[in-house]
Amino acid sequence: MIRIEPRPAPSRVLKFGVPLLSAVIALLLAAIPLSLAGAEIGPAYVEMFKGVFGTRFAFSEMLTRATPLIFTGLAAALAFRARLWNIGAEGQLYLGAMAAVAVGAGAVDAPAVILLPLIVLCGCAAGATGMAVPAYLKTRFGADEVVTTLLLNFVILIFVQYMLEGPLKDPMGLGWPQSSPILDQGMLPPLMDRMRVHSGLIVALACTAVAQFLLARSVWGFKLRAVGENSAAAHHAGIGVKRTLLGVAVVSGALAGMAGVSEVAGLKGYLTSDLSPGFGYTGIVVAMLAGLSPAGVVAAALFIASVFVGADSMSRAMGVSSFLADLVVSTSLLCVLVGGFFARFRLVRTAVRAGPAG
Amino acid sequence: MDILQILLSESFWAASLRIATPLIFGVLGALLCEKSGVLNLGIEGIFVVGAMAGWMAVWMGAGLWAGVLVAALAGAFFGLIHAILTVPLGLSQHVSGLGITLFATSVSYFSYRTALPQVTSPPRIEPFRPLDLPIVSDLPFVGPVLFQQTALTWLAIGMVAAVWYVLNRTALGVAIKAVGDNPDSVDAQGLSVYGLRIGAVVAGSSLMALGGAFLTMSAFDAFFFGMVNGRGWICIALVIFASWRPGKALLGALLFGAFDALQVRLQTEVGAFVPSQVFLAAPYVLSIIALVIAARSADYPRALLKPWFKGQR
Amino acid sequence: MTAEKVLALAGLSKTFGTVVANSNVSLDLFRGEVLALLGENGAGKTTLMNMLFGHYMPDSGSIEIADKSGVLRPLQLGHPQAAIAAGIGMVHQHFTLAENVDALDNIMLGAEPLLKVRRDKPAARDKVHRIMASSGLSAPLDVPVGRLTVGERQRVEILKALYRDVNVLVLDEPTAVLTPQEADMLFENIGAMTRDGLSVIFISHKLREVLAFSHRIAVLRHGEKVGEIATKDADERRIARMMVGADTPEARREARAPGAPIIQLEKVSVPGRSRRDSLDRVDLAVREGEILGIAGISGNGQVALAGVISGTVRPTAGTVSIQGTRITRFEPAAMIAARVGRIPEDRHRDGIVGAMSVAENLVIERLGDAEVQRRGMLRRDAILSHAKRLCREFDVRGPGSQAAARLLSGGNIQKLILARVFEQQPKLILANQPTRGLDMGAAAEVARRLLEARSRGAGVVLISEDLDEILTLADRVMVIHDGELKEADSRDREALGLLMAGEAA
Repeated sequence: MIRIEPRPAPSRVLKFGVPLLSAVIALLLAAIPLSLAGAEIGPAYVEMFKGVFGTRFAFSEMLTRATPLIFTGLAAALAFRARLWNIGAEGQLYLGAMAAVAVGAGAVDAPAVILLPLIVLCGCAAGATGMAVPAYLKTRFGADEVVTTLLLNFVILIFVQYMLEGPLKDPMGLGWPQSSPILDQGMLPPLMDRMRVHSGLIVALACTAVAQFLLARSVWGFKLRAVGENSAAAHHAGIGVKRTLLGVAVVSGALAGMAGVSEVAGLKGYLTSDLSPGFGYTGIVVAMLAGLSPAGVVAAALFIASVFVGADSMSRAMGVSSFLADLVVSTSLLCVLVGGFFARFRLVRTAVRAGPAG
Repeated sequence: MDILQILLSESFWAASLRIATPLIFGVLGALLCEKSGVLNLGIEGIFVVGAMAGWMAVWMGAGLWAGVLVAALAGAFFGLIHAILTVPLGLSQHVSGLGITLFATSVSYFSYRTALPQVTSPPRIEPFRPLDLPIVSDLPFVGPVLFQQTALTWLAIGMVAAVWYVLNRTALGVAIKAVGDNPDSVDAQGLSVYGLRIGAVVAGSSLMALGGAFLTMSAFDAFFFGMVNGRGWICIALVIFASWRPGKALLGALLFGAFDALQVRLQTEVGAFVPSQVFLAAPYVLSIIALVIAARSADYPRALLKPWFKGQR
Repeated sequence: MTAEKVLALAGLSKTFGTVVANSNVSLDLFRGEVLALLGENGAGKTTLMNMLFGHYMPDSGSIEIADKSGVLRPLQLGHPQAAIAAGIGMVHQHFTLAENVDALDNIMLGAEPLLKVRRDKPAARDKVHRIMASSGLSAPLDVPVGRLTVGERQRVEILKALYRDVNVLVLDEPTAVLTPQEADMLFENIGAMTRDGLSVIFISHKLREVLAFSHRIAVLRHGEKVGEIATKDADERRIARMMVGADTPEARREARAPGAPIIQLEKVSVPGRSRRDSLDRVDLAVREGEILGIAGISGNGQVALAGVISGTVRPTAGTVSIQGTRITRFEPAAMIAARVGRIPEDRHRDGIVGAMSVAENLVIERLGDAEVQRRGMLRRDAILSHAKRLCREFDVRGPGSQAAARLLSGGNIQKLILARVFEQQPKLILANQPTRGLDMGAAAEVARRLLEARSRGAGVVLISEDLDEILTLADRVMVIHDGELKEADSRDREALGLLMAGEAA
């Protein structure tokens, strides 16, 4: 018989080893769909590797891809730490992007020092509002935030489509449902010549550092952790649980909104309704791979971005569907979940049957 | 034209029932899982996999009912993964469910793309036809409403009765309800908590997959990316609205179908004044409102979301 | 009594991690016998019975049980189903009932094939009625168990076991939730059942009932069997010494004149889902240097009363004043600010954040203090040295101040909470079931701290199911029943028992 026994304290090796191992296993498991799709496995992996590390440009593309994932990953990690299930980062991202083009695409004409912070501020505020609503519905009416945030994603996307066909439509856009471009001085400056990687990455890293610091060192972080780990005890100890949750919601939504700002003001320049290929949902995987630690989010985002960029280039070279990347990403989430189990518990064989042993 | 006229038209009610069908399957499936104490957020992905697998089987030459069976088995498979992760391993039901949704969706899309690499317009199959029942079809009003439905709609309604019967009239149903309320009650009587929960999740998941199959094999005749479009999440909201009762689940799905059918019809009336997106967003907004209204009095199964480990009490 | 052996436990041992729960315990049970298994909390009684019932797999040892013809046969270990089939029934201290189905369904659960389409409920009902008639136990069968009283639920638990035709019935602390009168009736029923050949093991730490109702007493201490004695040869002192290993000093309460009132509740009402979790126009007053004991069976409004005083529940009517100031904000923070120290009933759920460190749990109620934070940032060194000081002062033992609080033992978790509460020199202390589940040493520590606070001039509201604890510590006793609070005029057990049962004394 096998029994489940909790480990007294999860070791450091397991804490870092589990996500790493999960990522590797998920990558290795990709060999199955690859061979089913009729591709040669060895060369496929080589293509994937080259697609990320082959050239300076490839690597910069990976960093570009990782930028929004760091934001959405942080959004999910902070919320999940407080046991606030924000599954709505996708919608909040669009709200942020929409606010960014609303102020940045000509509505306000100001020098960069004013316009850029204004765009960021509005984008964050819009994202924050997008999460504050479900958090309010949860604390006020007890409406499950998982379902409300999931459903709001659809509502917001439809709203974006409406805005792109109406008020925000680019009159010069040849009829395409897209917004006017953000003014040049409103764009996040690029980091390297002739590469797409932009200073949104720096902002993302800065946010990570601040989040990591506040979570461990501030009273706010203390309250967030207490509410997440045991909201009944936190409440009993005089911590305002609802207030803390609303605060976390605002920060989480703002980070997701910032992902939208960074995509639209750092990369695309204008808003379309296919701005995000699911960065919000992928952010959940990033957060889980990171063990919900802000610092881990960066590493996890770099890994996931590598998978996407590598699989894209492999897909072009080998003719395998690029949905392979989604497959690897979702597999890594399931692997890290199972791995988390083995980090917290161990299986003990209880060999004794009937009769005294010895 | 006024709303009354719409409400009295046969086509409106026929459409309501048609829109409700996948939701009936989905709500029943989610209800079965949650009654046993397991939230299954894999529902959205299981819808996708049911839609893809059922359609693919028929497209590759299987019969329609064989396709339905394939869809149910595919749903059961992904349900089993969710069940293993959340029941004996006791992992977060939220995260595992979302993982299943991402996984099932990517498996479906990857398989579809790999099987059909270069198609521009999705290939079609011959879907289920409306069922002509000898006497019922001749009834005034009711006849035409029901006459326009396919066998899968009838199956959905039959499933409502079946799930109700199992939960309220059989020992198995008592055990499922008990394990969702207090797993120790089942364990102390020598029944397997794991077995009951895994069974309920697997069965519930195959029902969800049938909801997906309805989309590609009855409502439409092809598979599209993004065709499930949040129907699974709507079901999760509807279960709470239905307070975990099969009868109310049917009612909730029908109400929902009716609202959806109504808005499509209103759209043609007032489309000039109101942007079409208002109608597109209506189902999701409606679900959120239903959830907010129901949340206050929601009587969640007591053991929902709580992992249980054997030999630890 | 016939000497026919029905059960033999031989050399059972069980360890959890490094904790030895049972070590080489052997025990026999005879037909028609009532055996009392006595021991302190944590002595290993429940673990032993869980091995018997197959919930735990013993590390070593064996169990033999008599079959129908009376021959002892080995029991397959680690399988509840084998135990049930062999005729062992267990009534757990925490009821294992599904509250959303009725009693008959709970009783039938597992006793009929799951996949059978037609259920024979009438036959089952007949059988339950027969058992009720012969044992004297009765309970409503067609109401969801969630609506039954605690006493009714316990009878359903026993009926559930008897329905499976048990020969050996194990009762884990069966009287913990009963009034003295209900408890007497239960033992009367047990007497009737044993006359029909049933053998009963009951686990208890109440010496009084053990002496009154058992035939034989076995005592466990630190997981080992330290003695076995026929009840007729036993007396309280002797078995108490067997349980503890030495005499424990009684808590001493010095006479003290109470001072000004600290807390006053006037006509306070709290609505609940039933009468049992609500309060109905409750009046209460505690003065300086006074311990007010609230006796009562759990589930009679204690949760609501404790909620009001700890700030987690807002009354719908009535007034609460602390030191003459009327409370308007019913929030834990407001109560902390009014210098109310709260020792919660469920210390794991409400008392600590298990995943956070001992040090963090020690400052969780005073995050605004300058000692804890500066401009919103935690002063980690100060928090740590504060923790070290408190742990020394209150003898909190465990893997260190930076370790997760959940790694502490139950007694040390309670000490952590005591440290947090008493460090603030509270004016009023709410102690809700403060010694439940603690061993005698830790319980004595709790009593000592409460008395110390009393002599310092603090008021104490002591809510407890343990009448002995209340009679030892309280200056004044009130009884809570069905959401109503009544002053007890006498300290007589009988009279208190009647009040607890809701009958006017």
